[in-house]
Amino acid sequence: MADAADKTNGSPGDGAIVKPEPPGYFEGESMTRRTALTVVGQAVGGIAGAIVVLPAVGFAVAPMFERPEEHWESVGPTNRFTNKIYRPVVFSLVEGIGEAGKTTAYVRKGIAAAPFNEDPNSFIAISTRCAHLGCPVRFVAAAGNFICPCHGGVYDFAGKVIGGPPVRPLDRFQTRVRNGQVQIGPRYSVTSQLDPVRARDPGEFTGGIWNIIYPPRPSTPPPP
Amino acid sequence: MKFPQMLIPAPLRKPQKPGTGGDGAGPVERLREAPADLVGWLDERTGGASFLTGMLYRKVPKGTNWFYTLGSATLFAFAVQALTGVFLAMYYTPSPTQAYASISHLTNDVFLGEFVRGMHKWGASVMIIVIFLHMARTFIFGAYKYPRELNWVIGVVLLILTMVMGFTGYLLPFDQRSFWATIVGVNINGTGPLLGPYLSDFLRAGAEFGPNTLARFYAIHMLLVPGLIIALIGAHLYLVVKLGTTAPPWLEPKRRMAILRRERL
Repeated sequence: MADAADKTNGSPGDGAIVKPEPPGYFEGESMTRRTALTVVGQAVGGIAGAIVVLPAVGFAVAPMFERPEEHWESVGPTNRFTNKIYRPVVFSLVEGIGEAGKTTAYVRKGIAAAPFNEDPNSFIAISTRCAHLGCPVRFVAAAGNFICPCHGGVYDFAGKVIGGPPVRPLDRFQTRVRNGQVQIGPRYSVTSQLDPVRARDPGEFTGGIWNIIYPPRPSTPPPP
Repeated sequence: MKFPQMLIPAPLRKPQKPGTGGDGAGPVERLREAPADLVGWLDERTGGASFLTGMLYRKVPKGTNWFYTLGSATLFAFAVQALTGVFLAMYYTPSPTQAYASISHLTNDVFLGEFVRGMHKWGASVMIIVIFLHMARTFIFGAYKYPRELNWVIGVVLLILTMVMGFTGYLLPFDQRSFWATIVGVNINGTGPLLGPYLSDFLRAGAEFGPNTLARFYAIHMLLVPGLIIALIGAHLYLVVKLGTTAPPWLEPKRRMAILRRERL
């Protein structure tokens, strides 16, 4: 801003040396040429930088907002499963990652009696991923419980926590019957009352305020 | 710098000016001066000598001792990791189906592969240990106080980045231990409220541990974080040289006594 003090070299009063006005200066201008060029230069630099940086960052974070196609896999004929005991099945949860992408689920038929109150023709697939930190749990038939080897989490027959550090019941997979075959689909989580919610990672509580503190992610499909 | 005349074939030599019979320096003397000439040539064009002498011959306080070498030890540990890491990358394949086989190949078949991988693996632990000793020295000697607070902050960021290096590097052998340790580690990340689930998705490149997770960890481990570490080490060293180091705290009472004595006089 070129004001009077500038033009007098900061020494006001009579007899002061008058600083020559910059070329193109006119009385009452609100912005000098130098300021204008600085602003324009920085704006152009900022836009050029953003054109490079924003797509690169978007490229890196894109998987957070993409929902992969639903993947259904047959795990056996319907008569292979009963409502008395869980049967382990191995299927590919993630494709293109080899053996590491395979996972185990425990499958049984629905139980109509209380407290389960499930459709007797439906199939329940329980994920082996512990709700504490994600270690694989095992169904111990003698105890009728799921037990995690890492930190001692224990779940009952329905997958509800009855001991140890897990924060919510075991996750489940959607199931359907096609051509007499039981198929396993996307994962979903449940609240402590076994109400389905979108899949959460292990260690994240579900139900009530926790559904906001651990928000659902766009990369997961909606619950059944 | 003059190129030694004796190395130039006679026909290519510049003809001497008439009336000059050489400056009396033989080829041996010329060769002996070559290193100094080279340094002079570089210094004339960069001014690097004054910078280097200023840095290397800077004054250090009385009482400087072996504990002051822990920072250099950390830098050396990082240099070892960087060097061995570059060579390990020459044999490693960051693909879920081939990673384990490539690690097995470079460990068991490649000449000295076990040794180079061992240096990288054990060097990682060494770096964490010396970084904490360096931090303890800074804390106990009170070297984090004014005007060096910013250097403490940079150092803490460097410590966190080194931990990130350990976390991302642990997955790369892609055996059962590294796979499950990474699953657990990412899930611990996810327990942070609000942003935790999204950070987990970013690290895994999706809702589940997928084929892109390994490549992502590899890129973070060998490109993103090392670049940040090198830049911050530069800033860290710049501040050390600019601000100087602190005297050990046990010299402080002595200094105060000396000031008192001077005042009494």
